[in-house]
Amino acid sequence: MDAVGTFFRLVWELGVYLFVVLPDLLPIILALATPLALGALCGVVCERSGVVNIGIEGIMLMAAFFGYLTGFALHDTVGSGQSLALGVVVAVAVGGLLGLLHSWLTVSVRADQIIAGTMMNIAAFGMTGYLNRLIITPSGRGGAGIFTPFHLSGTIAGVPLVGPVFAMFVDQGPIAMSVIVIVIALQLALFRTRWGLRTRAVGEHPKAADTVGIDVVRQRYLNVVFGCALAGLAGAFLTLESTGSFQNGMTGGRGFIALAAMIFGRWTPVGAFGGALLFGTATALGVVVNVRVPEGDLGTLMKSIPTFWYAALPYLMTIVILAGVVGRSTPPAADGVPYVKEGKA
Amino acid sequence: MIRLRGVARRIWRVASIPLLAIALAFVVAAVVIVVSSAFTSTGFDLFLPIGAYSSLLAGAFGSGNGITNTLVAAAPLIFGGLAVGLGFKGGLFNIGVAGQFLVGAFAAAIVGSALAGAPTAVGATLAMFAGALGGAAFGFIPGFLKARTGAHEVVTTIMLNNAAVLLLTWAVNDLVRAPGFSFPRTGDIGNSALPILLGRNLHLGIPLAVATAFAVRWLLDRTTIGFEIRTVGQNPNAARYAGMRPVVMTALTMTLSGLLGGVAGAIQMLGVIGFYAPGITASVGFDSIAVALLGRSDPIGILFAAVLFGAFRAGAPLMQIETSVPIEVIDIIQALVILFLAADLIVRRVFRLRAAKAGITELKTVTQSWAGGAGPAAGQGS
Repeated sequence: MDAVGTFFRLVWELGVYLFVVLPDLLPIILALATPLALGALCGVVCERSGVVNIGIEGIMLMAAFFGYLTGFALHDTVGSGQSLALGVVVAVAVGGLLGLLHSWLTVSVRADQIIAGTMMNIAAFGMTGYLNRLIITPSGRGGAGIFTPFHLSGTIAGVPLVGPVFAMFVDQGPIAMSVIVIVIALQLALFRTRWGLRTRAVGEHPKAADTVGIDVVRQRYLNVVFGCALAGLAGAFLTLESTGSFQNGMTGGRGFIALAAMIFGRWTPVGAFGGALLFGTATALGVVVNVRVPEGDLGTLMKSIPTFWYAALPYLMTIVILAGVVGRSTPPAADGVPYVKEGKA
Repeated sequence: MIRLRGVARRIWRVASIPLLAIALAFVVAAVVIVVSSAFTSTGFDLFLPIGAYSSLLAGAFGSGNGITNTLVAAAPLIFGGLAVGLGFKGGLFNIGVAGQFLVGAFAAAIVGSALAGAPTAVGATLAMFAGALGGAAFGFIPGFLKARTGAHEVVTTIMLNNAAVLLLTWAVNDLVRAPGFSFPRTGDIGNSALPILLGRNLHLGIPLAVATAFAVRWLLDRTTIGFEIRTVGQNPNAARYAGMRPVVMTALTMTLSGLLGGVAGAIQMLGVIGFYAPGITASVGFDSIAVALLGRSDPIGILFAAVLFGAFRAGAPLMQIETSVPIEVIDIIQALVILFLAADLIVRRVFRLRAAKAGITELKTVTQSWAGGAGPAAGQGS
């Protein structure tokens, strides 16, 4: 009886604690969720058209590197703002190019889609590590800088309830700020436009789509290239908006957490965004708990959990979410199946 | 003479695509080396790849030490490659060898240091068992989850890799840190180290790895369990109609695969590293995937592929010292090998091959189960 009482008191204290810290945390949560959300959108756009992409991690890493390299190389010649903007352009272009490679491999060559994605991840890890050691480390120069985040004036942010939520989306750099716009635009595009209808048709029943005159191959190419450009934007966020430097393997599994967010969101943009926010919240709580220790028994309990457990939380959560959700959500029917036109073996 | 030609033709049929994939990978990587040389202080160098590859070769095979280094580096890759290959046979893609390797290494380090004073036969054997058990337990988790819930092992094993790094770092920092060292690490393994058979570092793990390859081949080809693993890998639905239990086989395959991954870590710990400290890198994880694909998930093929990648790992440091071509070029070559194996259509076009054997057919099951199509949990109803 006593244990149950303690449990409920702890839950209550956790609720109160969340209520107190959450308003301040919201911008951090969105910033942590941004690369996950963009990666998950990449997954949605690819898989809705029937192409499995587990190479998101690698594409993010490559884009992060080349975006950083651009910002880094041009930092002293053109102004800081321009070099960062060009870095983003390069990162998105690198994402798109790798998307072209992935679609060529999976759609045209009909290589195994999971192996193609694995190849992408290993190649990205090797390529960025190689160039990092060859070019950036020996130069010994400073970084590329980062976008200065926007700051909301205190009077608006101070408005109860509305203020913190508004600040969440506005107290950000340009990439995180645009995420919500991209999410809503993609949700509308996927379910309300001709592109969306074609995408879903090609992903659910390519043969039927083909008979009504939709070019399955072209549609899949288009989607994978576009999706991977979004993953490229996620990479740009990591180096040019979040950390301002490049470390080997800095994506740290985000590409795979993004896939879990996609599955959690049942292959819809808004749902995937929700999944990304969930992961962002878990990560943010792990960080804040050390800075603002809750009072009472909850504080003692949360402090007694080692930092490394909090750091592992997003990974463990991904596993739990996959185990809990995956059986009950339905992926696109033709996901992962290469399309072979009849009469063409 | 005619028989000899027949044998050669059969070898060519099996090995042509892997060999040509390696050749193409080296050619493309050479282009990367040449182009990237333009951005370094030494400047554009058209002949850099020749220098780099010859020091790679010299580092791997040029001396007695080089050859033993190659074999020592190959040993964990044989176990890791067998882990991934066994998974492929059962229709599973174990990307979690990196994590299983760490858990196996950690478990072996703990038991090994606890038995540091015991005779080697006891200490090393028990430490190996601990590593195997640790890896098996770590492989069971994604296997069980895939079997019960359909959570795809490609994501869960990668997440377990990341979690393993963090949780083992915590364990070494807070639970089992050995006193008397300036940094967090486990105690010395003392007598539990694997005996050195030859030269400076050729340890017992190498013949053990070769024996294991034959054991896995026997398991797959000659036992009922092996037959069931392969049937589930080829077609889970057909296996179910034949009265096999894909759910059980999936969990079992992943556990066995994890066990091999754990042994990879254990022999590296007991034969080479000697103590567990955070920051132990496990390039074995990704290497094992390339090894298994290159060996077509056949245990004997994996032996050859592991020696090849062992040579890359053993030769790369000399290459970096002599030509300042970064060792990460090995990862690039590895990715390219996988690329040309996965897209063997490219290799066939470039070299106008017709008779060569096709790739690994079980991969179809891996990819289909991503979308719930042919997974072991499919068709169970929920």
